[in-house]
Amino acid sequence: MSEALSTFARRARTDKSWWVAGAMIALGLTYPLYYEPLQELPVIGDFVPGVSSMVVMMIFTMMALGLNVVVGYAGLLDLGYVAFYAAGAYVAGWLASLHFEDITFHLGSAVSGDLPGIHFNMWLVLILAGVFTTAVGIVIGLPTLRLRGDYLAIVTLGFGEIVPQFVRNADSIGGFDLTGGTFGIAPIDSLAIGGVVFRQESNKDDLYYWAAIGLVLFTVFCCIRLRDSRLGRAWVAIREDETAAAAMGVPLMRTKTWSYAIGAFFGGVAGAFFASYRAGAFPADFFFQFSVFLLCMVILGGIGSIWGVIAGGLILSYLDREGLATIGSKIQEGGLDFDPTKYQFGIYGLIIVVMMLIRPTGLIPERRHKIELEEGVHDTPFYDVQTEGAMTDRSRSDD
Amino acid sequence: MATATAALHRIRGSSLIDAIGLALLALVIVWVVFKFAQDPTRFLNVSVLGARNGAIYGLVALGYTLVYGILQLINFAHGDVFALSGLVASTMIISVFGLDTSTGVLLIIVGLLGTLAVTIPLFAVFNGTIERIAYKPLRNAPRLAPLITAVGVSFIVQNISLAIYGVDFESVPNFIPRTDAVEIGGVAIGWNTIAVFLIVIPVLLVLTWFVRSTRQGKAMRAVAQDTEASAMMGIDVNRTISVTFFIAGGLAAVAGLVYLLQFNIRYDTGFQLGLIAFTAAVLGGIGNLTGAVLGALMIGMIEAWNEGLDGTPGGDWTRSLIFGILIATLVFRPQGILGERTPEGA
Repeated sequence: MSEALSTFARRARTDKSWWVAGAMIALGLTYPLYYEPLQELPVIGDFVPGVSSMVVMMIFTMMALGLNVVVGYAGLLDLGYVAFYAAGAYVAGWLASLHFEDITFHLGSAVSGDLPGIHFNMWLVLILAGVFTTAVGIVIGLPTLRLRGDYLAIVTLGFGEIVPQFVRNADSIGGFDLTGGTFGIAPIDSLAIGGVVFRQESNKDDLYYWAAIGLVLFTVFCCIRLRDSRLGRAWVAIREDETAAAAMGVPLMRTKTWSYAIGAFFGGVAGAFFASYRAGAFPADFFFQFSVFLLCMVILGGIGSIWGVIAGGLILSYLDREGLATIGSKIQEGGLDFDPTKYQFGIYGLIIVVMMLIRPTGLIPERRHKIELEEGVHDTPFYDVQTEGAMTDRSRSDD
Repeated sequence: MATATAALHRIRGSSLIDAIGLALLALVIVWVVFKFAQDPTRFLNVSVLGARNGAIYGLVALGYTLVYGILQLINFAHGDVFALSGLVASTMIISVFGLDTSTGVLLIIVGLLGTLAVTIPLFAVFNGTIERIAYKPLRNAPRLAPLITAVGVSFIVQNISLAIYGVDFESVPNFIPRTDAVEIGGVAIGWNTIAVFLIVIPVLLVLTWFVRSTRQGKAMRAVAQDTEASAMMGIDVNRTISVTFFIAGGLAAVAGLVYLLQFNIRYDTGFQLGLIAFTAAVLGGIGNLTGAVLGALMIGMIEAWNEGLDGTPGGDWTRSLIFGILIATLVFRPQGILGERTPEGA
């Protein structure tokens, strides 16, 4: 711990951005202590989000960071990220609820031992959800990642549609209720540390909020380390020029699949966490628009830029949770009959188009990606479905 | 001799994946034949409905495939343009022409043609405007940029529909009777089904003529084949792209009207239908006009069989089934049934 602090101090001396990051984290961690006076402020007080909104904002930001690994680092357009969110939530439902009431299995869970159903320790469930969605990501990725970028987009979109439909309909697969159908699975166990069950505490939102910040910090840490790793550099190489990357010996399929799997991991953990916070996995949460909502965060913030995605994630999830409703009520107080929440996806669409046309690098651009967009790179796809034989699969190239 | 060598190469080149794909295809065919043998009348009745829906999907799929052929862009907004055109058509039919069940045949024809005369140019221009504003500035950007923009445009168009028409479904009175027009051995074809084909087939003929036999159509094919070379040959590439978007918009408008004659429509109908149509375009071989229609007919049939025959997953799973087909197509035969490079085979 002290070593980590001294490393931080050393880095902070040489690089100003470490101070900014440190200050942001401190401000974030102490938010539950000072937000109430802020809400009392005139005019801007109404726009200060409560802690429960902040929890959700953190979770969505974490998902946006996960999506950024796929879209931002590897340059693969994933329009079905909601599938991982759903998978994570349902893993939490399977492993930490009363859903499978015929089985009684407890593993380090904080709930009382005689409750039916499978109850794993919720922290373990978060990890298992991540592992499961990673596996789902690989399964989805393997057949589809050979395809060109835009086909990948449509296939991921397809999965993003299939998974929600599956969970809605899978309440009687051969008479077996897997997902609870349209009602979903509830209640899902709470997180707990020692004997402290978060949901039973009076400051449950605060506890969840700190846990969520912990997850976001973990995600950011992973993202930074991944970005600078061998794998991360391979992703960027693929994003910039697949053909050149392949020629330099980057294994395309494996590298892409990893980006997909790792992106899925964060989606799964975030999904399980959200399911625990909301105490349920509800199929109504999983719809295509959500994938685009996350994509919009990444684009608004800056494709590939960690700080940008955090900013974009916080801004848009704030708008989604409270901002648009607050703005709407202000507008209506002003006498105009306009409800921005009704058109929220139109607004996100507008943000996407405007950003792509005017500032494709996002609010906080990533340096390298900026160069890519401004100076242009060779962008011919390596695998072209229309030219026969030009596959990454070498065995076919001699046709 | 050359063909034999090619065939040999193909057999040698075919991998496990191809074998699995063929096995799956064989299973489906066996199943279809079995279902047909079980109850031919019912099977054919269901298939007629499937063909009707497939014809509608085909019109939308053509819009995807035309644009993809020329720009290699999945125009996500196309489905939403279709939905908006359907909504506008409902206004035209109800408020402007006032068609209802008591209207005479001649007036119905005048009303439908009048509606098309308004919606086709309107949505051709609308689609062209989208291209001009949202896609044209991104001509030289990385591929991902216009694709992401298209998703954004899709949401914007959907919300335009929402703003104008609200969340309710719009429908028109059954002025084309749903009674059977012909019945051959228990297989019935309704008037409204016939109406669909009476509208769709001429449109397809005109489109084929346009792409095959006009200067502009030739330019479209050239640009689809090689943009740079056609620019060097003096073809105005930007104009050709605009024309393509105009045509796609016009087709969407026809599809909107035809869809409206069968079903009710609301602001988000286009998203669903757009995905189905896109699947059809991919199944047929994207960029290939005949392929789009063929793929759409197949998708329509499969959907109808799934919903109308016994022993299938049923309507709850239609979307999953269609996406399963999409994924299977992309895995086993990414170039589609009639995969070709350009819409030359129109």
